[in-house]
Amino acid sequence: MSSAMIDRILDAVFDTFYLVICSGLIGIVLGIVMGVALYVTRENRIMAMPVLNRAISLIVNIGRSVPFIILMLALAPFTRWLVGSYIGTTAALVPLSIAAIPFVARLVEGALNEVPHGLIEAAESMGATPWQIITRVLLPEARGGLITAATITIIALIGYSAMAGAIGAGGLGAVAYNYGYSRYNPMVMLVTVLIMVVMVQGVQMLGDFFVHRSRHR
Amino acid sequence: MIRLENVTRVYGQGAKAVTALKDVNLEVAAGSITGVIGVSGAGKSTLIRCVNLLERPTRGRVFVAGQELTTMNKTELRKARHGIGMIFQHFNLLESRTVRGNIGLPLELIGTPRREIDQRIDELLELTGLNERANAYPAALSGGQKQRVAIARALASNPQALLCDEATSALDPQTTSAILSLLRDINQRLGLTILLITHEMEVVRSICDQVALISGGALVETSPVGDFFTRPTTEEGRLFLNDFLQLAPSNTLLQRMTDHAGDNSLAVVRLTFRGQALSSELMTHLEQQFGIRLRILQARVENIQGRTLGLMIVELDGARNTLGAAMDHLQTLDVQTEVLGHVQRHD
Repeated sequence: MSSAMIDRILDAVFDTFYLVICSGLIGIVLGIVMGVALYVTRENRIMAMPVLNRAISLIVNIGRSVPFIILMLALAPFTRWLVGSYIGTTAALVPLSIAAIPFVARLVEGALNEVPHGLIEAAESMGATPWQIITRVLLPEARGGLITAATITIIALIGYSAMAGAIGAGGLGAVAYNYGYSRYNPMVMLVTVLIMVVMVQGVQMLGDFFVHRSRHR
Repeated sequence: MIRLENVTRVYGQGAKAVTALKDVNLEVAAGSITGVIGVSGAGKSTLIRCVNLLERPTRGRVFVAGQELTTMNKTELRKARHGIGMIFQHFNLLESRTVRGNIGLPLELIGTPRREIDQRIDELLELTGLNERANAYPAALSGGQKQRVAIARALASNPQALLCDEATSALDPQTTSAILSLLRDINQRLGLTILLITHEMEVVRSICDQVALISGGALVETSPVGDFFTRPTTEEGRLFLNDFLQLAPSNTLLQRMTDHAGDNSLAVVRLTFRGQALSSELMTHLEQQFGIRLRILQARVENIQGRTLGLMIVELDGARNTLGAAMDHLQTLDVQTEVLGHVQRHD
């Protein structure tokens, strides 16, 4: 491999990090908000609003059923309006983040469902407000599940970011496709894939470590 | 302190409606301990949840500390709940917080300054005997310790009333009695009013002043504990009491016993004493008046709020024609008699 190729791969690693971390942060934060909304607005829950709940649920399902590659193209006008272009690394952040939100929301809802109902009842008996129940009971008690959700999301985004390479997002996926696949360079293909395997492995280990640390048992 | 007026709770609507509570009226005096007892499904849980409105009654009014909860808006209700502690069968502690963190939670909710919270936590650790476990997480605690944490947490905001939802049902007998004496202690030291629900007569017997028996969603009998244990007024009450005060003949006795009296047999009789114990005077009287000697085979005596409740299985040795008269005499002394069978004279 030429040194130019090595530089290209290093740049790509940086781009992938940038894509995954930024879209991960946006997706996780907004996904938690949406997941909490899904959880609390359901029937018989602390902020029961069944109609709103069904609406959010529908949006989440639509978001999750559209294939990422289609979502990316469909969002192009919106992306251009938001960041001025629909091609490039920063532009790819928009579909990546938007794809992550409903994904995270469902995972968060699942994690919150694991919190025993008795804890919410206990907090209500103490006179806690819904907001206090969310911030002091639900989210802290679901911490392990939330970290697992974040880990799964980041790993999924590493895969999605490679797909975003198709619209010029840069990153390892683009290098693997443009140089490894299109120009028949098996070495480049192998190295880029290996780097992605290492990244996924690293994220998983980090996630497991934090989950373990959050469990007091 | 706590008053329920015609509280009714219906789940569902129309044909599928289930009435969990029917016209419940209950008054818990300030500083007293009242136990609501009933089999599972009788409506106990619904009843206690109606007191702090975790369940909203379909009809009826709920008063705690002179305030009507059923007419309050959400904010007022939350404020009222700060004055009503609650503990649960499964403790409901936050796994993500230490013992200190759990105890301090109710105070954090009302915005108490950190230093005051820490001070209050120290007092409560002392009161509940948890000093050594202050920084442990719930997962490392035994069931009894967890319930102590829950009690400390429920007391943090200085409530006037404490609701106990089957608080000892998940605990072993020894731990149960330790938790019950802690509750009794708190009740006496702090003058805290306690309403508890349970399916165990032992809980009622050991700490309650007043008992209310719930059956099919209705309170069928409410009385001072001493009265209930010696003289239940309803059939449900008697059934509950009989289950609790079982004194069944032992297997060896059952093997020896026959249904019919023989020429040389003794009657085996179960005696139930209410309010007084079997005295030597009574035994002497039976012998002198009726020529009957009484031999105790099995016995159990309970003291419930200063009232004696005794159960005995005895052999009555005497002429058969005086036996009936002797039993009648016992009845007039308010001793319930029940012939279980007959055994051959063996000495």
